[in-house]
Amino acid sequence: MPHHHDFSSRHIGVGAAEIKKMLTALHYASLDELSRAALPAALLGTPLAETAPLSEAQLHEALRTIADRNVCAKTYIGLGYNPVVTPAVITRNVLEDPRWYTAYTPYQAELSQGRLEALLIFQQLVMDLTALEIANASLLDESSAAAEAMNMAFTHHRQRRRKFFADSQLFPQTLAVLQTRAAPRGIELIIGEHTQVSLDATFCGGILQYPCADGTIPNLSNFNKALHAVEALAITSADLFALTLLPPPAACGTDIAIGSTQRFGLPLFFGGPHAAYLATRKTLLRSVPGRLIGVTKDKRGGPALRMALQTREQHIRREKATSNICTAQVLPAVVAALYAVYQGAARLRTEATRINELTLLLRRALLELARGQKLGPLTISNASCFDTLTIAMPDASRQAVLQRAQQQRINLRTDVEHKIGITLNALTTVADVQELVALFAPQSELNWQDLQQQAARESAAQQWRAQDFMTHAVFNNYQTETEFVRFVNRLVSKDISLVQSMIPLGSCTMKLNSAAELQPVSWPQFSALHPYAPAQQTQGYRQLIAELQQMLAEISGLPAVSLQPNAGSQGELAGLLAIRNYHAAQGQGQREVCLIPASAHGTNPASAAMAGLRTVAVACDRDGSIDAADLRAKTEQYHDQLAALMITYPSTHGVFDDNIVAVCDIVHTHGGQVYLDGANMNALVGLARPGDFGADVLHLNLHKTFCIPHGGGGPGVGPVAAAEHLAAYLPGDPLATGDKASHALASAPHGSAGIFMISWAYLQLMGSAGLRRATQIAILNANYLALRLTPHYDILFRGRNGLVAHECIVDCRPFKTIGLDVSDIARRLMDYGFHSPTMSWPVAQTLMIEPTESESLAEIERFCAAMIAIRGEINAIAAGELPRDDNPLVHAPHTLADCMVDSWTRPYSKQVAFYPLTYLRTHKFWPAVNKVDHAYGDRNFHGGLDQQEVAP
Amino acid sequence: MEFPRHLFFTKDHEWLSDDSDEFSVGISAYAVEQLGDIVYLELPAVGDNFAARESFGTVESVKTVSDLYMPRNGEILAVNEEVMQDPEIVQDDPYGKGWLIKVKATAADTGNLLDALSYQKYLVQEEG
Repeated sequence: MPHHHDFSSRHIGVGAAEIKKMLTALHYASLDELSRAALPAALLGTPLAETAPLSEAQLHEALRTIADRNVCAKTYIGLGYNPVVTPAVITRNVLEDPRWYTAYTPYQAELSQGRLEALLIFQQLVMDLTALEIANASLLDESSAAAEAMNMAFTHHRQRRRKFFADSQLFPQTLAVLQTRAAPRGIELIIGEHTQVSLDATFCGGILQYPCADGTIPNLSNFNKALHAVEALAITSADLFALTLLPPPAACGTDIAIGSTQRFGLPLFFGGPHAAYLATRKTLLRSVPGRLIGVTKDKRGGPALRMALQTREQHIRREKATSNICTAQVLPAVVAALYAVYQGAARLRTEATRINELTLLLRRALLELARGQKLGPLTISNASCFDTLTIAMPDASRQAVLQRAQQQRINLRTDVEHKIGITLNALTTVADVQELVALFAPQSELNWQDLQQQAARESAAQQWRAQDFMTHAVFNNYQTETEFVRFVNRLVSKDISLVQSMIPLGSCTMKLNSAAELQPVSWPQFSALHPYAPAQQTQGYRQLIAELQQMLAEISGLPAVSLQPNAGSQGELAGLLAIRNYHAAQGQGQREVCLIPASAHGTNPASAAMAGLRTVAVACDRDGSIDAADLRAKTEQYHDQLAALMITYPSTHGVFDDNIVAVCDIVHTHGGQVYLDGANMNALVGLARPGDFGADVLHLNLHKTFCIPHGGGGPGVGPVAAAEHLAAYLPGDPLATGDKASHALASAPHGSAGIFMISWAYLQLMGSAGLRRATQIAILNANYLALRLTPHYDILFRGRNGLVAHECIVDCRPFKTIGLDVSDIARRLMDYGFHSPTMSWPVAQTLMIEPTESESLAEIERFCAAMIAIRGEINAIAAGELPRDDNPLVHAPHTLADCMVDSWTRPYSKQVAFYPLTYLRTHKFWPAVNKVDHAYGDRNFHGGLDQQEVAP
Repeated sequence: MEFPRHLFFTKDHEWLSDDSDEFSVGISAYAVEQLGDIVYLELPAVGDNFAARESFGTVESVKTVSDLYMPRNGEILAVNEEVMQDPEIVQDDPYGKGWLIKVKATAADTGNLLDALSYQKYLVQEEG
């Protein structure tokens, strides 16, 4: 019996009585008996090492102790991470509000208008500051965004121009990731000096940091002109906050702009999560990676928002997608957008000006002291600056400065020999500048007032941007806290999330994101740390990371873990690159074929293409498992060239393949490696370990099985776990120096470290027994749900003993004959207060349902009641009792606007439309818009705010 | 669903205006029905050359992308700019205003062409 302090009884939605009821209905005597019947015997191996669960109080104490080993210091390292004040109103009403963070990716547009609008504001913000015509709804981070832009340039020239230029003053981590991503695509990365590079028609594009890493404001126009002269694409990695002062990239000829939006209200989080942006010209619209929010109209002709042009993306284009990205950085993007709304253009400009004045003040002070010989020889490397100075000095004095800095807990940029970098930020004051100067000349006397005046005059005399930005009404109307809170509430009230009802999306594992797990994310000792802070200041994080890695290694059965990838797709890329590099190191570089079943998630072939592997389809059985005969044939056919097989287990069809061990053996016999997509780990944790049954490498989705909230489409964390022989090829520190390639895929060494404690907390709160139980109940809930729906719908696939894993697929194809699309059922479920299950994946015209272990029996029954009632409506249509073009499904969802018509002429009552079941009287959610017109939106793409609402 | 008698068809659901050396190409009413709302067409440039069965472009609906396959070896003589501006034309008039490309054949082989009746029979087989 769980102790009443036992967290697992809070996380798991069903108690002993309900479990017994469900087991009895399924004819099983115990959870263990059900597990043994569902999973192949060969898999039920080593149990997890026994760990006792922590109570919430114990968890809090344990994390406090870890946090106390982190040191909050004044950090001027810069390199894309700059402290900013997160307004309390945003922390409380967005970051810490489960209505925002438990929402799913906005595929069901009618239930997602709030966050779609926030993302549209994000796109407009980026378009305004870069002055480019299109912006997407976030990428994973600045470095991967640079790699995506490089890929756009490569594809733009149809892969015929192999060279890509990167300026040496790009952030070092961006250079590292470009190196990792260029080689597998066959791109030759040329790193050099932008004013001296000799370009020709073998270059597809070039990228420049703006401002440069050393602080210089480069001549962007000249560089872009040189690229255009050879018809190469001009790419700029631009500090979005600096663009409030600097001339916008588009005005300087930039074709694609990328960067981080961390400075728009996000804490440093020891590296992430932060939203990156990508903006470009209209002509490149169809090559844009990631999600694009677009404006359309709904069935009543009113404005509505949706995810547009999805045919670019992996779930449709697969290996030909513009990118493998799936989960992005929606929640951080929402924060950045709302920060801009709250601040307005004037405040941002004032803040940027203040920072520039302080930077010029620091510069003047240091140069004056150097002239007056009050400190040793000192020069400032960058002639121009926004917020950064690079100071050159002899090593002895440099050492003295750094020592003083360390004693006073002041962090400067130290990775460049003979130089010190200082980037000022939103927290910096004059007193801070004086403190910095004192590091160089401990006893100096300066006329600070005079210097400040000079700095202010110098700043005002600069050639700043002439173009207005953020002129739309939304950036002007909500700058008092009262107005802002009401605006934020109006947005989020339009969205469904886990606070209203179950979100039974197959393979998304929308389980509980507990408040206790999330609380420590906001602690300054976790959120304020710079990813490149000295190791002795981040011992707490190192401990957290090591322990989380160890726990995930234990769960997966694979010992080498990297937490760097910040999405499952990124983890897939890391794992596939590790395989490719491993083969190359064995002298087997010709191994380039990656076998992928047709039932695989779209990110699988998309990631394989990015890793430079050739995708070959391997047939599936009807239940989504690998067809062993075809596998044997293909592995023989590609014997010498076989790099890997990618599998999902249980299969994407929700079935535990009996043959999995044999499948892995066949691949190994032919010299290939087995990659396992860990998206369905919720059916395995504590019961079976992929490392034990033959996987060489896998990725996990911490934002699925391990409780990081879905955030509306990010942040995610996609750690990769591998067998020992692949360990050396996993992503490492992007700032690591030396000959050894870092294989880095993200800007920060540990990716989105700022949210690791969520999964750490979940694992500690559950303990080994709790984790195993959670898995068993996830399987129980899915099977009970399948049982309840069986009399009404065909359950497409079943495995051993007629059981499903943690999800089941319901067949909606028969309803096509009466003119019903599965999307009609998805929209009708909105009237019943539910977000639809996964629509048309992995099989077209089906619904894939995953309840998870967190749902109660009452909620499961409520969902079943809705599905059964809808089946009744379908039957009525089939029987001709309701017209095929005038029934509750085709008109769904029903909105308040529908309700307000004076005369109701439909062949069904208002009761049926709005309250078809009794529970809706207390559990009603009103969709904000009617059925969205997707075709209109794609034919008439518009990805910004209504220009009629621009302030005069 | 219509399949005009004077046209030829392929198993990839394209039609050709005739089997002479200069012909137009489009997609059949069956393809239109399968695609649903057409939102975008990617078509080649005039002067491009393609082999038979090579993809010369794509047609997109909201949820799918389909390759368009050359029925015969040929050089592109003309591309229908109107349907690129307004993809709905293909849905409304797939055999007339919805033509996609005009081609000059660069090889003689017409072995894979079906007449309207044979194409309809093929469709029945596919569905069953």
